[in-house]
Amino acid sequence: MLASLGLILLCQLIGEAVVRGLGLPLPGPVLGLLLLLILLLARDRFALFAHGPLRDNGIETASKGLLAHLSLLFVPAGVGVVQKLDLLASHGIAIVVVLALSVVVTLLATVLTFRLVSRLLRQQDAR
Amino acid sequence: MTDNPFSLWVYLSQSPLLWLTVTLLVYASTDAVSLATRRHPLANPVLHAMWIIGAFLLLTGTSYTTYFAGAQFVHFLLGPATVALAVPLYENRRRVVSSIVPMLVALVAGSVTAVVSVVLLAELAGLPRDVVLSLAPKSVTAGVAMGIAESLHADPSLAAVAVILTGIMGAIIVTPLMNRTGITDYRARGFAAGLAAHGIGTARAFQVDEIAGVFSGIAMSLNALVTSFLVPLAVTLLVR
Repeated sequence: MLASLGLILLCQLIGEAVVRGLGLPLPGPVLGLLLLLILLLARDRFALFAHGPLRDNGIETASKGLLAHLSLLFVPAGVGVVQKLDLLASHGIAIVVVLALSVVVTLLATVLTFRLVSRLLRQQDAR
Repeated sequence: MTDNPFSLWVYLSQSPLLWLTVTLLVYASTDAVSLATRRHPLANPVLHAMWIIGAFLLLTGTSYTTYFAGAQFVHFLLGPATVALAVPLYENRRRVVSSIVPMLVALVAGSVTAVVSVVLLAELAGLPRDVVLSLAPKSVTAGVAMGIAESLHADPSLAAVAVILTGIMGAIIVTPLMNRTGITDYRARGFAAGLAAHGIGTARAFQVDEIAGVFSGIAMSLNALVTSFLVPLAVTLLVR
């Protein structure tokens, strides 16, 4: 468990260091995600990597533990709304309506594009 | 033993322990309620934890800075949780690879829609320029959106609030909306949830279906990349 958490932090640390060092326009943890994915894929190919947290579902258990309560992690930033009460009093309704409409449009555009493209691909395969 | 209960409160209210405990206990209760209602969208645990803790801070006259000194330990885990998304992604890699084309096309369509729609609607509503800029990155996860807002000289803390509000509204609306469209493909539904509503949408997607959760996590990571490039571009083109 401890080694698995350590490995997750190490991936994030390397991700942050590379992003800062090279001035890449992407978040460090996303690079860390890619790194951990590569490690997991490498473990299946090379016995060399199948040690410590990468063995016996160590990293799998730790990661699922973290993801089980993903919503909790947004609470501290969300409470930050108390700092913005003046702004919400003057523009709150407009902001909420704008965000609500935008999220509905975005959900629909994404899901319909996904369905359309996968249907077109299936028709092409069938031919 | 302290003879004045007030001085004990003064001591505790300044300590990280109290606010970390409050965050965990309030969330544990709102999450229990959400479970008891079989994950009803309106019983969203983040939404209810947010206003309960917020009201508690206002009633006790505690500043957000003091609160955050305790809550930062929870906030910090957002980064490691993003890295941890590698595991469900790895376990479902075959399904992911086989849907790579629809995913990439939907990513571009969704990211552009997210940024352009919020900027145009906010302009239409006559919101001030710095508010429009702070709302623009609202569909990506909090840390990234704050970075984007900072690079535009907008308000990062307003950007974070816009991100959370978007996430909560997306998580509440996604299931009824998708049921109404009649789409039962959980890859597509999850991908839309993660793209539009980042981590809160992803948390919701994992509650509904594991495959939806996986695709949601991918959408959230990819959208963080695309939006970082897209927002500065959209802002130069669309904001007066």
